[in-house]
Amino acid sequence: MCLGIPGQIVEISNVEHKLAIVNVGGVRREVNIACIVDKEHSPGSCVGDWVLIHVGFAMSRIDEKEAKRTIELLTEMGEVQTEIQAMRQSNTS
Amino acid sequence: MKFVDEFRDPQKARILLQEIEGLVKRIPICLDRPIWIMEVCGGHTHTIFRYGLNKMLPKEVEFIHGPGCPVCVLPRGRVDDCIALAERAEVIMTTFGDAMRVTGSKKNLLQAKAEGADVRMVYSPLDALNLARVNPDREVVFFGLGFETTMPSTALTILQAKQEGIKNFSIFCNHITIIPTIKAILDSPDLQLDGFLGPGHVSMVIGTKPYSFIADYYRRPITIAGFEPLDILQSVWMVLKQLAEGRCEVENQYTRIVPPDGNTQSLEAIQEVFELREFFEWRGLGSIDHSGVRVREEFSAFDAERKFPLPNLKIADPTSCQCGEVLKGVIKPSQCKVFGTACTPQNPLGALMVSTEGACAAYYNYGWIPEEDLHPARSPV
Repeated sequence: MCLGIPGQIVEISNVEHKLAIVNVGGVRREVNIACIVDKEHSPGSCVGDWVLIHVGFAMSRIDEKEAKRTIELLTEMGEVQTEIQAMRQSNTS
Repeated sequence: MKFVDEFRDPQKARILLQEIEGLVKRIPICLDRPIWIMEVCGGHTHTIFRYGLNKMLPKEVEFIHGPGCPVCVLPRGRVDDCIALAERAEVIMTTFGDAMRVTGSKKNLLQAKAEGADVRMVYSPLDALNLARVNPDREVVFFGLGFETTMPSTALTILQAKQEGIKNFSIFCNHITIIPTIKAILDSPDLQLDGFLGPGHVSMVIGTKPYSFIADYYRRPITIAGFEPLDILQSVWMVLKQLAEGRCEVENQYTRIVPPDGNTQSLEAIQEVFELREFFEWRGLGSIDHSGVRVREEFSAFDAERKFPLPNLKIADPTSCQCGEVLKGVIKPSQCKVFGTACTPQNPLGALMVSTEGACAAYYNYGWIPEEDLHPARSPV
């Protein structure tokens, strides 16, 4: 919950509600990007950005190198597997 | 020092450890006792144990594991309330995985689920909102918890629900706020600390400025720290350097994620949806003024506490557990009477054993027998 996980925004799924699809370790998942959208960053301009995601919300923009380093570290700590499993198992229907 | 080889940059880790050895000699406190540094965040606790940082540092430096695991500090009464909500026929209770295992006075959400309550694990409050969309004849309640890191996600989900006019979605709000908590720790008479590692992702939301009272009023150094082992070593070095030079400042080691003013959009969402409670009850720590938030009245349609009757009983902590003393750093996890016997990660009795971010679970999972126990316990001061 506290560590979050890096992912890359691959497309904007809903401009009005500020929702985007991210790729997290090969898993695609819809997240809210309201916290990283501002005057200088329109939703459309966020595609390709790497972000730190906490419980389905992109909370901070990070550079690609940092993102990849963080994924390596979180994999080592077993956190990536836990997050991806939580995303896969999330019960939404 | 075999652990150091696991680091991304072992050379840098070695240099930092050498410099830390040198700094410690310049800090007068450690003539009498160890230097006590509290890592407030459970994520830091996890890294410290995973990489054995506590064993790498000189014995004059001791970590005191703070209360920064939101699942761990939920009092039993709130868990009971959550279970009472979950057991209502019309309710689908949604929650993060960790929260399902924390026990109330009689059971946890997993047991309630086994007995027939509709409890579902979700990754995000957005998924809970989606459940409300696809189950219009049910009431979906999200068990919202966490410090400022997850508070914006709950706030934005409520704003989204309001915008869409969704009527069958509400939050059982157990969000807690970091600043009053740190203040309560500093005011605690049986706890003495020399410095803090500040939480990285809470600070990503609130920025570095709210911590200035720690330096200005309480005269303690604090360094906001990242989560990599090197981040933590560097942050410890920064705190020790302040102590050696007689400075008390808020420093930021995690500048790559934490801006001084925090995240504006997140803070606005929190401000719009939540207000401070007069007090909030913590497991192990008792009641702390202004340490929790509740949903503002204008969003009362999304507040499970207003929408449903709750038992709202205050339940004392289990008598055999010493979570409170561990949280305050008065004893180490392995010195608790039930540690590793009646209380294990498989069958947690105390909340600190539940989440991997809890100090007791970290102790248990990452080898707790060695050196530490050879050092004498901290005595209350």
